[in-house]
Amino acid sequence: MTTEKTGTHGAILQDKAPEKDAPIVELRGAGKAYGNIRALHGVDLKVFPNQVTCVLGDNGAGKSTLIKIISGLHQHTEGEFLVDGEAVRFSTPREALDRGIATVYQDLAVVPLMPVWRNFFLGSEMTKGPWPLRRLDIERMKKTADQELRNMGIVLDDLEQPIGTLSGGQRQCVAIARAVYFGARVLILDEPTAALGVKQSGVVLKYIAAAREKGLGVIFITHNPHHAYMVGDHFSVLRLGTMELNASRADVSLEELTNHMAGGTELAALKHELSQVRGVDVEELPEEEDLTAPVASTEGKS
Amino acid sequence: MTQQAEPAVTTPPAPGPGKESDGRTQQRPLALRLLARPEVGVFLGAVAVLIFFLITAPAVRDGSSMANILYQSSTIGIMALPVALLMIGGEFDLSAGVAVITSALTASMTAYQLSMNVWVGVIVALIVSLAIGLFNGWLLVKTGLPSFLVTLGTFLILQGVNLAVTKLITGNVATDDISDMDGFDQAKALFASSFDVGGVNVKITVVWWLVFAALATWVLLRTKYGNWIFAVGGNKESSRAVGVPVTFTKISLFMLVGFGAWFVGMHQLFSFNTVQSGEGVGQELIYIAAAVIGGCLLTGGAGSAIGPVFGAFMFGMVQQGIVYAGWNPDWFKAFLGVMLLGAVLINLWVQRTATRR
Repeated sequence: MTTEKTGTHGAILQDKAPEKDAPIVELRGAGKAYGNIRALHGVDLKVFPNQVTCVLGDNGAGKSTLIKIISGLHQHTEGEFLVDGEAVRFSTPREALDRGIATVYQDLAVVPLMPVWRNFFLGSEMTKGPWPLRRLDIERMKKTADQELRNMGIVLDDLEQPIGTLSGGQRQCVAIARAVYFGARVLILDEPTAALGVKQSGVVLKYIAAAREKGLGVIFITHNPHHAYMVGDHFSVLRLGTMELNASRADVSLEELTNHMAGGTELAALKHELSQVRGVDVEELPEEEDLTAPVASTEGKS
Repeated sequence: MTQQAEPAVTTPPAPGPGKESDGRTQQRPLALRLLARPEVGVFLGAVAVLIFFLITAPAVRDGSSMANILYQSSTIGIMALPVALLMIGGEFDLSAGVAVITSALTASMTAYQLSMNVWVGVIVALIVSLAIGLFNGWLLVKTGLPSFLVTLGTFLILQGVNLAVTKLITGNVATDDISDMDGFDQAKALFASSFDVGGVNVKITVVWWLVFAALATWVLLRTKYGNWIFAVGGNKESSRAVGVPVTFTKISLFMLVGFGAWFVGMHQLFSFNTVQSGEGVGQELIYIAAAVIGGCLLTGGAGSAIGPVFGAFMFGMVQQGIVYAGWNPDWFKAFLGVMLLGAVLINLWVQRTATRR
């Protein structure tokens, strides 16, 4: 991935990265309620360029709600959502895209029956010619898509094949390549490795690292702490809609991360009770005081 | 003693001199790739039906009969095009049949009752037709109800309104003859004239049909809008997520059906001078069937504009062919049903065989 970036992409990055240390995307006490169900509450999150921010959590922890707010599919109902220090409220994903926030969804946001190249450019098609005759520049789109995919190490014989015929990992990489090509500054990846095999996960993780090298801020949603720890710079663990852990890589070890993910703090508290039960081996479980990572201050508020 | 299936033999990556390939895809033979395209299947079907009637009904071999068959096909085909686009976009419109009559009634009664140039009626009818499409699309997008329900509602509303309003205004179930009004001849020239080709009288709708089909094909395959149609039909949520204007695409597709209804309605008005208010019921299913036979996926996301042309031709062929063969025309609908099922099954089978991985 040491090859030259495309001209357009480089230009966009130069335009929009004036301060290095300011977060591109910031959530302050953000939350979301669906009717009387509070899916997310009091979440603080900062996404910096050149960093991978991992959001971990079990099923139903609010990860999907969180990214839906950032990507513009849903709107937050409490707290603040800032992009480049400016409070925003997106009503469509298009607005988020225009601010450089691109999301690679769990279902990958591809249309399975459409050819690979049409999917690559869907929603941002290249055209040529004056208006009444304005038409798709198919040659250029195919060439660009092929080039971008090759840069990502994906070689496809036939870009006309429906994207539904590609493997999960290939589709994931197409989606990432698409987001990177369209000048994303923030790349949100919703469980990109969830359905992949070991090798394919490795490929995807490589592209996450590559995206970081290109100066993107990456939000990596996963429930696999091992994958998160391989590429992450900052870790946020969600549990039942609130922030359970908010720590940078220096402050947290893989073990602690895994424990937090598995509800380790709760388990530690239960250790005493469990030790009363015959047949439960509690020797290996950590004590509560072993979990040294700073626990997010929002815990206990709700 | 169970026998293990042989592992699939993969061809080793060929280190080609030019482009690097992943070496896992083999080019299927051209014939198979062609057969996998639904348009080709329906084309073969249309040819088969044509040959069948050429043999059984000698009258069909005459040039004027052919022109007649093409005319019959064109009245179905012009509507089948927007209906097909809408279907590729993931929706369908049950009100398309009666909307044709609504449009014709509007034009006729507006012009006649206000004693104005017929063009005023034509323009008003266009606005009404587009508004019906807009209403269908808007209601669908706003409520998220399936298009079956929304358009079934408009279908019933229009059916009732067509009859009731016509009776209320004209005191009759048909509109008054507008053939002696200002502008009638101009409008007739546009919508319902005919011309001679080598001694055969050809209706202008045949030309419009082919022009619209070419236009629709171009839009579908070569423009952004066409890309969006496939996308919203294939996966609405994904399309929205990558920035496709789903609402605009869906609503405009319904309005396109409105435009088609207006065009066919105007043709009927200017070729028969009056409109029967109770007609049109059941036509919507013919349009939908022509689109499905033409290889459009009922669930959206796949299809073409050229397939429904052949689909409509098959219908026109059978409709007229039965007459030329001297059979009881009551058989038409039965034939349609058999053709629909046959076409769908053959398409399914051909696609499964030809795209097997």
